[in-house]
This record gives sequence, C-alpha cells and structure tokens, in this order.
Amino acid sequence: MNDSPLSVVGRRVRSLRSARRGPARYSAFDLVRRGALGKDWPRSFTQPDLKSSYDAVIIGAGVHGLATAYYLAANHGMTNVAVLDKAYIGGGGSGRNTAIVRSNYLTPEGVRFYDRSVKLYENLAVDLNYNVMFSQRGHLTLAHNDSSLRTMRWRAEVNKLQGIDSEVIGPDHISKLVPYLDVSPEARYPVLGALYHPPGGTIRHDAVNWGYARAAEHMGVHIHQYTEVTAIHVEADRVTGVSTNRGDISAPVVVNCTAGWASTVCDLAGVRLPLITHPLQAAVTEPVKMFLHAVVVSGSLHVYVSQTDRGELVFGASVDPYPSYSMRGSLEFTEELAGHVLELMPSIAKLRVLRQWAGLCDMTPDYSPIMGVTPVDGFLLDVGWGTYGYKAGPVAGEAMAELVATGKTPEIISSFDLARFAEGRLVGEKGAAAVGH
Amino acid sequence: MIRIPCPHCSARNSAEFRHVGEAAPRPDPSTATPEQWRVYLYERSNPAGWTTETWFHTMGCRRFISVERHTVTNEIRSARPVGSTGPGPAEALSARGDAGSPDAGGQA
Ligand SMILES: Cc1cc2nc3c(=O)[nH]c(=O)nc-3n(C[C@H](O)[C@H](O)[C@H](O)COP(=O)(O)OP(=O)(O)OC[C@H]3O[C@@H](n4cnc5c(N)ncnc54)[C@H](O)[C@@H]3O)c2cc1C
Ligand SMILES: [Zn+2]
Repeated sequence: MNDSPLSVVGRRVRSLRSARRGPARYSAFDLVRRGALGKDWPRSFTQPDLKSSYDAVIIGAGVHGLATAYYLAANHGMTNVAVLDKAYIGGGGSGRNTAIVRSNYLTPEGVRFYDRSVKLYENLAVDLNYNVMFSQRGHLTLAHNDSSLRTMRWRAEVNKLQGIDSEVIGPDHISKLVPYLDVSPEARYPVLGALYHPPGGTIRHDAVNWGYARAAEHMGVHIHQYTEVTAIHVEADRVTGVSTNRGDISAPVVVNCTAGWASTVCDLAGVRLPLITHPLQAAVTEPVKMFLHAVVVSGSLHVYVSQTDRGELVFGASVDPYPSYSMRGSLEFTEELAGHVLELMPSIAKLRVLRQWAGLCDMTPDYSPIMGVTPVDGFLLDVGWGTYGYKAGPVAGEAMAELVATGKTPEIISSFDLARFAEGRLVGEKGAAAVGH
Repeated sequence: MIRIPCPHCSARNSAEFRHVGEAAPRPDPSTATPEQWRVYLYERSNPAGWTTETWFHTMGCRRFISVERHTVTNEIRSARPVGSTGPGPAEALSARGDAGSPDAGGQA
C-alpha cells in the first residue's frame, strides 16, 4: 500500500467523513471524552424499512450472512443488500459456539481455506473498529493411542506443506504448556502426544457478529431482524426474490446462510441438500483464576476445554447422537462431559457448571462446507458449517461476496461445491473436525 | 433424554438405541446409476417437523424399528417393527418421549 503523507491524510479525511455519517468510531480518546462529558453512546443498529427490491438478499444474520454483506460493501461497493433473520443478530450458532479458531485441518483445500480466515481474523479488530478479542493462545489436540498419533503426524505434515505452524509434541512439552493436565502413564487414557498449533485460539464471537453488522450497516447494508423468509420465488430455474412475514422482496441473488436451518430454506427453492441437523451442546463453569493458557482437545474422549478471559472454563463435545431442531440441553451431556474432563484434569473436580446450552449444526457427510451455485440460478449456498463454521466466517464472507459480485466461483471455495456429492469428490475432514471444532 | 417406545421391549431411554437415519427407498444396486446411488447415500429431507426414521435397539432386542418423530419437539407418534404398516404396540404405550414437558429434548 502507498503510504505517502498525502494518502495518509486522505485516509484520515475519508474516515472522518464516514465517521460523521455513521456510528461513533470507538477509540480510547472517545471513551475518555464521553466519560468526561457524560455522553451516551449512540445505538449501533437501526431498524430500516424493508424495501421491495435489493441487489442481493442474504438469509441468516449469523457470522456468515453478516460477513458476506460486509465484504460485498467493503470489497465490491455493493451496498443495496439486505440481510434477513427470523430472529436476532447472532441468535443461531454464531452466538452459541465455543469460538475456537484454527487452521490445522487435514486436507490441503481445508487448510488453505481456514488459514485465510485466521489471517482475516488477525486484522479484524482494526478493519471493523471493534475489539474482537482474538487470542492466539495455542491449540492442542491430544493423542491417546497410536492411530490418533498417526493422524496428528499426517495433519502436521499437510499443515507444514501449506506453511501453517503445526507440529507433534510429546508429553513433556505438553505438561509445560498445560501444567494441570494428567500426562502420567497411569492415566486411564494416557497422553502419548499432541498436535500443537500455536496460532490457534479463541475469539469473542458476539463482538465479531456485532462488528460485522455495525460496519456493514455503516456502509448502507440493511439488516432486518425478526424477518423470516417464508417463500423463495423461482421462475424458469432462476431466483427472482423472496417472501417474508414483513412483505415481498425482489432480488436477482439470494444467498442461503442459515446453517442448522439450511435444509428448510433450500426446500423453499426446491434444492435438495446432503445435510443432517444435529444439536451441539456446550457448558461453562464458574470463573476461577487463570490457569489454562491453551485450548485443549481430546478426540478420543470427545471433549475440549478452554478458559475465557473472565476465568470460566468452556467445555464442548461432539454433536448429540440423533438429529433434532431442539435447542435444549440435556443432563446426560453434562454427565458424560464431566466424566471425560476429569480424566484429563482431575484437579478441577470441585468446579461447578454455571450453565449449558445447545445450538444447531448442519452436518455434511464429509465434514466440509457446501458453498457456491445451485441448480437454481442466482440462489447461492454458504452452508454445511457443522460444528466448525464459526472460524470460517471471514473467509466464507469474502469468497461469497466475490461470487455474488462477479458471478465467478473463487478458487479457494471451488472444491466445496454442491455437485461434489453427485460426482463423488468428497473433501474428507472428519479426522480434523469431528470433535475439535 | 427422550424415551423410545420399542414395539418389542416397551419404552426405553434413547441412549439404548442407535439412530440409523431417515427412512428412504433404496435403489436397486444392480441398475442404479452412480448418481442415483449417491443421491440415496447423501441427500436428506432433514425436515423441521414430522419424520419417519430407523433406529436400532443396540442394548435391547437388537432389532431395527421405524419411528415417527417430530424433530422440533422430539415427540414420538409411533414406533413399529421395520416393514410393518399397521399400528405398532407403541401407540398403546403413551407415545410421549418424556414425562412432563412437551419438548422432550432433555431435562436440564
Ligand atoms: C455449541 C457449539 C459450539 C461450536 N463451537 C465452534 C467452535 O469452537 N469453532 C467453530 O469454528 N465453530 C463452532 N461451532 C459452529 C458454528 O457456531 C457455526 O458453524 C456457525 O456459527 C454458523 O454460522 P452461520 O452464520 O452460518 O449460521 P447461524 O449463526 O446459525 O445463523 C443462521 C441464522 O439463520 C436464521 N434463519 C434460519 N431460518 C431462517 C429463515 N427462514 N428466514 C430468516 N432467517 C432464518 C437463524 O435465525 C439464524 O440466526 C459451534 C456450534 C455450536 C452449536
Ligand atoms: Zn427393543
């Protein structure tokens, strides 16, 4: 980028000008100023009227829909765009996930894709003027037997070839990174090694959702909450618009970003998907002093744990054993989880679980997403995010925006097309995504 | 925990069963094209509502059963031996997944 003094001044002036139009810019200076003057912060989101036509309609105001809208406006200047959600911003998986971000996947396609997302997350706080609290604290996937150790080595090699910081480490190194982990050979499931991924970590998901929404709206995108899509209009295999509980909209492009509900929305357009919706549960404990400085995953024990900046331990596991659209937690989940967590960290036996919850996950047969075109012209997919899609929000939004704006499927998502199932080109990520989301 | 009224064993916790999947007609392997076969393998209706699905009673009679379940409330309307069409004994047992709440998804 050209950083001559003139262009710096130009950027300043531009950002000041846009600041006057849109919401207040968040800064330390403004914090002090508003504190001293006792001034309130203006509302972040408005409630625009629903127009009868947009250049693109995005269904779902989770991280995928919001990021797609943001990059449409920011990278392609397309701002006559609506994001519709039947509930509220981040009310789906995007507000319910455990916010793990990493790129140490198993296939080269997957690794390249998720790595681009990590790169975008690294600059997101600046890009959105919103503190997204990306904490690259390191990510460990434990191996308790020879076959999982072999998968870890395989992943490490694929990762290194793609330039990702990822290596297999032994129990000594692990206990330096995570002192409270039971790595003794007497453990019921002894820890033989781990795949260590230093750039992995966690992010504050609500901040990412709100940051994208605020920045997109700032550039002119309409975000309509409590607006449910009830029909999708298709004429001669071409999408022409949608009906909602607040009125009809005509649009030449409609993007399905509804994750757990994706099958129900595709039904409206007559498109069949290879998705199964499963609930996924998570839980947090009461806050305690910081002691766990990395994300720890055990595939064999079906559990992962990290500690938030507030001190709570966040636990997750694999999906519930049968498909459902119910978002209720269950006692057997907490029981099983607690048992497995204590195998790993016996010392936290006295910690109490504060709350648990569930979200819906749109599982694909190969644990990779489904992105791009469908048999209905103009009706696009950004679904199949299963238990691992939060981290993909930025890269998916960037790629889907490019597809909407140019009509061409970007290279980085080309292997995730819907046609791969009929053509037998699956992108198998189960070994890297079944438990460690 | 939902309870599944097994027509052979009566109502049992779902943890005793394995969910096999949505019931779908299987194409004839000797005549199906690879595309038809893959549609059978991968495509799902995945409805938010009533669905007919197969479960296997792993820790009971070890038989496959056909269950009608509402995927939003987890209410179970019927459970009968796979392949049978008449009302199974399940209808006689109260076909509710869980005592108490209409959403039988869990207790916590
Ligand atoms: C407990 C849990 C833990 C997870 N942990 C991780 C993790 O650590 N790392 C990770 O990367 N991923 C994780 N995930 C997965 C991740 O949360 C999802 O893949 C991701 O949030 C999907 O985002 P989305 O924007 O596609 O969909 P969502 O955020 O689910 O948004 C879909 C939206 O569509 C709306 N909608 C549905 N139907 C309609 C309609 N007819 N009209 C209008 N709007 C509609 C819904 O209201 C919803 O807001 C986890 C998920 C869960 C449940
Ligand atoms: Zn039985």
